[in-house]
Amino acid sequence: MSLTRRKFLSWLGAATVSTTLGQAAQAASNKHFSGYPQSHGVLFDNTRCIGCRKCEEGCNQVNELPGPDRPFNDLAVLDKPRRTTAKAYTVVNRYENDGMLQGPVFRKIQCNHCLEPACASACFVRAFTKTATGAVIYDPSVCVGCRYCMIACPFEIPAYEYDQALVPRIMKCTLCYPRIVKGLLPGCVEACPTEALTFGRRRDLLRTARERISQFPERYIDHIYGENEMGGTSWLYLSGVPYREVGMREDLGITPAPQLTAGALSAVPMVVGLWPVLLTGVYAITQRKEKIVKAEQEQAVAAAREQARAEAQAQLAQALAKAAQEKEAAIAREVKKALEEAAKVPTEQAAAAPPADTAQTPTEEES
Amino acid sequence: MADETAAASKAYLTPFNMVAGIIVLLGVIITVLRFTGGLAAVTNLSDYNPWGIWIGFDLLVGVALAAGGYVTSAAVYLFGMKKYHSAVRPAVLTGFLGYALVVLALHYDVGRPWRLPYPFIVQQGSTSLLFEVAACVALYLTVLFLEFSPAALEWLGLKRARRLAVRLTMALTIFGVILSTLHQSSLGALFLIAPSKLHPLWYSSYLPIYFFITSIIAGLSMVIFESTLSHHYFAAKMDANHLREKDGIALGFGKAASFILAGYFAIKVIGLAADDNWHWLGTGYGFWYLVELVGFVLLPCFAYAVGVRDKNLKLIKWSAVWTVLGVALNRLNVSLVAFNWHLPSGERYFPHWMEIGISLFIVTIGVLAYKFIVTRMPILYEHPDFQGEH
Ligand code: SF4
Ligand code: SF4
Ligand code: SF4
Repeated sequence: MSLTRRKFLSWLGAATVSTTLGQAAQAASNKHFSGYPQSHGVLFDNTRCIGCRKCEEGCNQVNELPGPDRPFNDLAVLDKPRRTTAKAYTVVNRYENDGMLQGPVFRKIQCNHCLEPACASACFVRAFTKTATGAVIYDPSVCVGCRYCMIACPFEIPAYEYDQALVPRIMKCTLCYPRIVKGLLPGCVEACPTEALTFGRRRDLLRTARERISQFPERYIDHIYGENEMGGTSWLYLSGVPYREVGMREDLGITPAPQLTAGALSAVPMVVGLWPVLLTGVYAITQRKEKIVKAEQEQAVAAAREQARAEAQAQLAQALAKAAQEKEAAIAREVKKALEEAAKVPTEQAAAAPPADTAQTPTEEES
Repeated sequence: MADETAAASKAYLTPFNMVAGIIVLLGVIITVLRFTGGLAAVTNLSDYNPWGIWIGFDLLVGVALAAGGYVTSAAVYLFGMKKYHSAVRPAVLTGFLGYALVVLALHYDVGRPWRLPYPFIVQQGSTSLLFEVAACVALYLTVLFLEFSPAALEWLGLKRARRLAVRLTMALTIFGVILSTLHQSSLGALFLIAPSKLHPLWYSSYLPIYFFITSIIAGLSMVIFESTLSHHYFAAKMDANHLREKDGIALGFGKAASFILAGYFAIKVIGLAADDNWHWLGTGYGFWYLVELVGFVLLPCFAYAVGVRDKNLKLIKWSAVWTVLGVALNRLNVSLVAFNWHLPSGERYFPHWMEIGISLFIVTIGVLAYKFIVTRMPILYEHPDFQGEH
């Protein structure tokens, strides 16, 4: 048991250490992690997007995903809102708008590559890594398939291969990690005909976005989505209409996901440290109480026994006394009788009675 | 000879055995489908709804209802309530079976069950609440196994091993309470990471505390409930001690449950106030929340209190069932009903009948195992060779 316990404690130790150190970064630190300085990202400007689905096609090709249910040039799929799936790392949705802009607005959805990813902090085998490039990548060789990352992701991105009986994987955009480390553009960015997508360093993208807003204030909402949402994301957005009108949640707040669980995690060492002490204390009190009760009981028993003994002794003494008394009485009686006998003898002698009678009397007395 | 076999097979063809047999058969078929066709073949899970009743019911409800083990052994061994001693073994047994079945259910739900040890032996995702849950459940299952082992060893007549196991009682109880505190609360904390998906009435930074407190309530109520059932079906197996203590246990545990329910109600209201969620009460979800809070917390709390005051055992037993249902409702609300409340109804989850089939299958295995064990091992009575020794 000591081994398991030691191992257990070392895990807890690991939990505490990784909360204060390291890029896993995540829990219980009051430092704000604002991303790797040189990390990359993509800026999506929905005022430039024409909803052609070329990015979907590009993504499908570079990632060698299975063919789409409907061909990529079939724009009728835009009639219904879609989400990322195990077969599509990115999808484009169309939103009608009745505002100042003419025509529909489009939104491209894919993993936002959060600076402090909820998926990574939720995974219990660390299958996700936020790399220095900015990409959040996934390692299927350790994934257990618990799908907690899907619960955790606030943007509802990770998808799962539900039809795989034995080797299901989590599927999501990789920011084309294998391509960007080779200096290539992400597939979707390369495929985009209108430069609605811009790849670059996140810092530069933020500057570009700000410039566009200040240059065309009437064209843009004055907010860069992803700059601070959920602690900031590598994918950034500019929009001509309020974000909620294109299905983007504005109520996510700016707290990075790992901070949401930091409190609960930091309580672990407390419980492990305090409970044994408190419980052993309670146990000791209980034991002590029981001991006192037991001692009192023993005392009572001893007292009772003592009393019983005394009583028995008294009884014995009484009995002895009585016996002695009886003996005395008997002796007295004997003496009396003997005296009477003696008194009789002269009278009998005087009456000249036969001696047989005198011999008979004591025999009767004895019986 | 032929008559005898006919009689024997007739003895096995009780309605209980037939229903259990059908469920097990169905379970085996669905198991084959699950491990050949994947989750898609037998569940309604989707990318929006990655967790269904195998997590919501089998894991969350299962673990809560198996809390009787740590609650009872802590009461008896740590707090010295010796008069409840005969409740320990049945509670530890149900705890052990409960956790074993939770782990079994997880083998259906996760994608690659043989990797379940990976979080411990390959890479530790220690920033994950799920890691804490997994670690504690694995360790606690071991603890429960050891706590249960004296009964099995007495049955097998292995005196030396039994004496060794009994000597560990204290340490195991303390360790069990720590582990239970951690994972019962962590199951609630699992949802802390998703404030944008769980309805504000159920989302609270107090979730871990709520889950921990309700696990105690569930544990107490389950002990009363099980003892009622056992008395009904296995009265012949109970010894005089057990029968004598039984009513005292119902009264004592009922009283404790009533108090803790009252406390739980109070902290739920405090939570409501802290997050200023009053305005949600007027909505449909608010109504459902009140059903849970008033109908399944406050009312059973009163029912218990009245039952204890009047020494009305029947009322106490019904309150126990009511409370257990309330805790189950709470777990299902957090994990399924109020989770993903923001999605359009077309994207919401409702279990596939085969998911329900597997859950039933697993519960049935539990009942069968319980039956097998209490009719053989000294659970409801003390083994004559070891009277008053533990
Ligand atoms: S968007 Fe979701 S999947 Fe992508 S990094 Fe963020 S949390 Fe992870
Ligand atoms: S499904 Fe895989 S990647 Fe996602 S949290 Fe579970 S183990 Fe990690
Ligand atoms: S970055 Fe790569 S993986 Fe991600 S959506 Fe674009 S093409 Fe697909």
